[in-house]
Amino acid sequence: MAADTTTRGEEHSRRAAAVELRGLTKRFGSVVANAGVNLQVEAGTIHGVIGENGAGKSTAMKMLFGISPPDSGDILVNGTTCVWSSPADAIAAGIGMVHQHFMLAGPYSALDNILLGAEPVRLGMIERKKARVRLEALARQYGLPVDWDAPVEKLSVGVQQRIEILKLLYRNAKILILDEPTAVLTPQETSDLFRNLKKLRDEGKTIILITHKLKEVMSFTDRVTVFRAGRVTGEMETSRTSPQELANLMVGRKVVLSIDVPPARVRDELAMEVAGLSLAGAVAGSRHQLSDVSFSVNCGEIVGIAGVEGNGQSELLQAILHPRDPLCRTSGTVRFLGEDVTSWQARKIRNLGVAVIPEDRQGEGLLLGEPVRENFLLGLQRTSAFSHAGLLNLENIQAAATRAVEEYDVRPRDLAILAGKLSGGNQQKLIVAREFQRKPRVLIAAQPTRGVDVGAIEFIHNRIVRARDEGAGVVLVSFELDEILALSDRILVMYEGRIDAEFSRGQATERELGLKMAGS
Amino acid sequence: MRKFLQPVLAAAFGLAVGLGVTWIAGENPWHVLQILGKSAFGSSYDVGMTLFYSTPLIFTGLAVAVPFQAGLFNIGAEGQLTLGALAAAAVGALWPGLPWPVAPAFAILAAIFAGTIWGAIPGWLRAKRGSHEVINTIMLNFIAAGLASYVTLYLLKNPDSQNPETRPIGAGYLIQQFGIFGGAPVSMALPLAIVAAVLVWILLWRTVVGYEMRAVGQSEPAARAAGINPGRMRIIALAVGGGLAGLVGVGEVLGNAGKFRLGFSPEYGFMGIAVALLGRNQPAGVIAAALLFGALHKGTADLDLETEHVTRELSLVLQALIILSVSAEGLWSWMKKRGES
Repeated sequence: MAADTTTRGEEHSRRAAAVELRGLTKRFGSVVANAGVNLQVEAGTIHGVIGENGAGKSTAMKMLFGISPPDSGDILVNGTTCVWSSPADAIAAGIGMVHQHFMLAGPYSALDNILLGAEPVRLGMIERKKARVRLEALARQYGLPVDWDAPVEKLSVGVQQRIEILKLLYRNAKILILDEPTAVLTPQETSDLFRNLKKLRDEGKTIILITHKLKEVMSFTDRVTVFRAGRVTGEMETSRTSPQELANLMVGRKVVLSIDVPPARVRDELAMEVAGLSLAGAVAGSRHQLSDVSFSVNCGEIVGIAGVEGNGQSELLQAILHPRDPLCRTSGTVRFLGEDVTSWQARKIRNLGVAVIPEDRQGEGLLLGEPVRENFLLGLQRTSAFSHAGLLNLENIQAAATRAVEEYDVRPRDLAILAGKLSGGNQQKLIVAREFQRKPRVLIAAQPTRGVDVGAIEFIHNRIVRARDEGAGVVLVSFELDEILALSDRILVMYEGRIDAEFSRGQATERELGLKMAGS
Repeated sequence: MRKFLQPVLAAAFGLAVGLGVTWIAGENPWHVLQILGKSAFGSSYDVGMTLFYSTPLIFTGLAVAVPFQAGLFNIGAEGQLTLGALAAAAVGALWPGLPWPVAPAFAILAAIFAGTIWGAIPGWLRAKRGSHEVINTIMLNFIAAGLASYVTLYLLKNPDSQNPETRPIGAGYLIQQFGIFGGAPVSMALPLAIVAAVLVWILLWRTVVGYEMRAVGQSEPAARAAGINPGRMRIIALAVGGGLAGLVGVGEVLGNAGKFRLGFSPEYGFMGIAVALLGRNQPAGVIAAALLFGALHKGTADLDLETEHVTRELSLVLQALIILSVSAEGLWSWMKKRGES
C-alpha cells in the first residue's frame, strides 16, 4: 500500500496539478489568516490538509471554493488561473465541497436533496425519473448505495454523508473538498467512507481532505500539506512522514502524542451514581431519549462514555446537572458524593465540588461577549474567595484569573479581551482553568478536547489525569475513541439512549468498541 | 474611543438632517440651531428646564438599561412610572398630615414599590411561563393607564379642579427645589437620579447579583450551567427597572406638581429606550443621553414661537430625527454585537 501510493504520487507530479494555490494571502482586519499559502494537489490523489484550529486551512479552502476572495495570490485549476465571484463559479469548474455540517433539508428525500438547486426541468416539471436513472448509475459506479425516497433525517449520518458526496458527483465535480468528514461518524462508517473515497480516487477524482486527525492522514492520503499560523509548514508524500513529524510541524514544537496514564488508585468512595435515569420528553432540538441509564463512578477513577454523537450523551449530561429541569422530564435518581441531588438546583450541585467542562463550550461554557476575567468568574462568583456579602472581590478575582491564565497558558495573557475573540483551544483552556479552580471532587468532562490543538490536548489530558490522581471521580464523554481508550479506567458505551456495554481498561479493542457504538 | 464617538456622530447626523428639513421648510438652519441652543441653555431658567426634562429620562433610561443587561427589553417604563407617580400622589393625598422628612421618604418608597411590582409582573411571567416581556410590558402599560384614570377620576379626584388630577398632597411631602434655576422646577429628584445611576453602576459591576444578571443576558445556557437561576435574575432585573421608572414620580409629584396629573408624561418611558440605547446601557452614558434628550425637548419647544416656518409639528420632526438617528445607531451596534457573539 505504501509503495503503491509512492508510485502514484510520482506518476502524477509530471502532469499539471488539479489544484494549485500560489502565494494566497488573506487578511481579516489585522489578522493574517493566510500568508502566502502555496499548495499543489495532483489530479487523482487524496490530499490531506492538516493544521491546528485557526492555522488557516479552512480559510484557504474557502478561497479555493469561491466563498471568499483572496487579497492576493492565484488559484489554478488544471493549470488555468481562475477568479471566482461565488461558489457557483467554483462548482461550474468542477469543484465540490462537503461541509462539516451537512447542508441537507431534513424532511426531503435523498433524491430531492441532491436535485435541489440543480433540478433538471422540462416544461416546468422536474424530471425526477431521468435524474434518478443517472444517480443510480453514479451510485453503482462509485459504490454509494442510498435509499432515494426516504426523508434524509431518517437516514444515518454515514448515509447522509454519502448523499452529500453524490450531490457533488451529480454536479460533475472532479475535485472534492471534504471538511472534517469523520467528525460525526462511527469507526465503521469512517472506514466505509475512506473505502469509498479511495474508489473515487481510482476513478479519477481528486480529493482534498481537511482534518486534524493524524491517523486518517497517515492511512488514507497520498500527499499531505501542513498548515501552521497561516503558512504552509510542510508538504510531503504521506508515506515518507510520520505522525510525530506531522504533529511537530503543526504545533511548531515537539509534542507528546499519547500521554502515559499510570494505573488508577480507585477509592472506595462513590463520586457519582446514576440510577434508572430516563428522559421522557426531549431537550429542545433533539430527538434522543434516555432509557434506564444506571452507572456509578468511584473517586479516583476515570469512566469514559463512548458513543457516536447523538446517542443520548447530551441528554445524559443535561439530566445529571439539571435533574429536575422543567425542559426535560426525567425520572430516576442522581447522587453525587453520597448525596441525592435529584431535586437540587444546579448551584447546590456545583457547590458540592462538581466541575463541568461542558460539551458546547461556546453556548454553555462561556459568556462570549464578556472579558476573560468575567468568564473566569462564571460559577465561582458566590465562593468566599471572590465575593463577600454580595459584593465582588475584584482584587482576588484579578489575582486568581491572572494566575490561572498563566498556569493554563491561555493566550493572549489579557484578562480584558472578550472570550469570543479567543481561539477555540484557548477558550477551552480558559474553561478548564476555571473548572479546576474549584478543586473538583467530581469532574464531568464532555468533549474536553474537541477542536483543540494537538498541544493543548496533551495539556488538558494531563490535567484530567492529575485530577483523578488527586481523588476526583471523572466522567469523560467523548466521541474520540483514542481519547476514551487513552484516559478511561472503565469504558461505558452508549447507544440510542442506553448504556450498552462496559469494558475495563485494556479490555476492549478499538474495533470492538466501534461495533458496540454502532449498536451490534 | 470609537465607542463614545459613534453615538455623538449619530446625534450630529440626526441634527444635520433635521436642520436640512427646516431649511427645506424655508428657515435658515443656522438660525434654527441658534434658537435651539439658546432655548436649551440660554438662561438659568432654560438650563433648569433642560435639567427638569432630563431627570425623568435618567430614571427611565436606567429602567431600560438594567433589564437590557439581563437580556430583557423593558417597554413598560411608561406604565411603571405612571403607577409610581400615582402611588406617591395617593400616599400624599391619603395621609396629608405626615411631617417632613418622613412624608417624602414614605412617598418615595411607595413610588419605588409600585414601579417594582409593575416590573416584577412581566419578569415573573417570563420566568415562570416563558411569555415574552415585550408583549407583557406593553400590555401592562395599558392596564397602568386605565388604572391611573380610574384612581384619578373616581377615587382621588381633585374637587377644586377641572383637570383630571388627584387631590394635592400634604405640604410635608414637597421636596426642595433649587432656587438658582430662575423658577424652573429642578428638585432634589435630580441628585436622586444621579445617586440612582451610581447605585445601578455598583449593582451591575460590583455585586454578585449584577454579575449574574449580566451572565443571563449574555448566555442563558452558560448562566444555567454555572448554577445561576435565570428566571430569578430576570425577575430581579425587571423589578429593579420598574422601581427605577417608578422614581419618575418623585420629581413630578413631590418636586413639581404636588399631585398626580393624568398624562403628565410626554412618553418619558418610551424616550427612555432611546436614552438607554444611546447611552450604551451604561449609567454614565444614560445620564449623558438623558441630558441631550432633555435639551432637545426644551430646545425644540421654543422653535414654534421663535421662527416663522418651523411649526410645533416640524420641531417634533426635528426631535424625532435625532432620536431616530441615535436609536438606529444604538440598535445597529447592539445587533452587530449580537451577530458577532
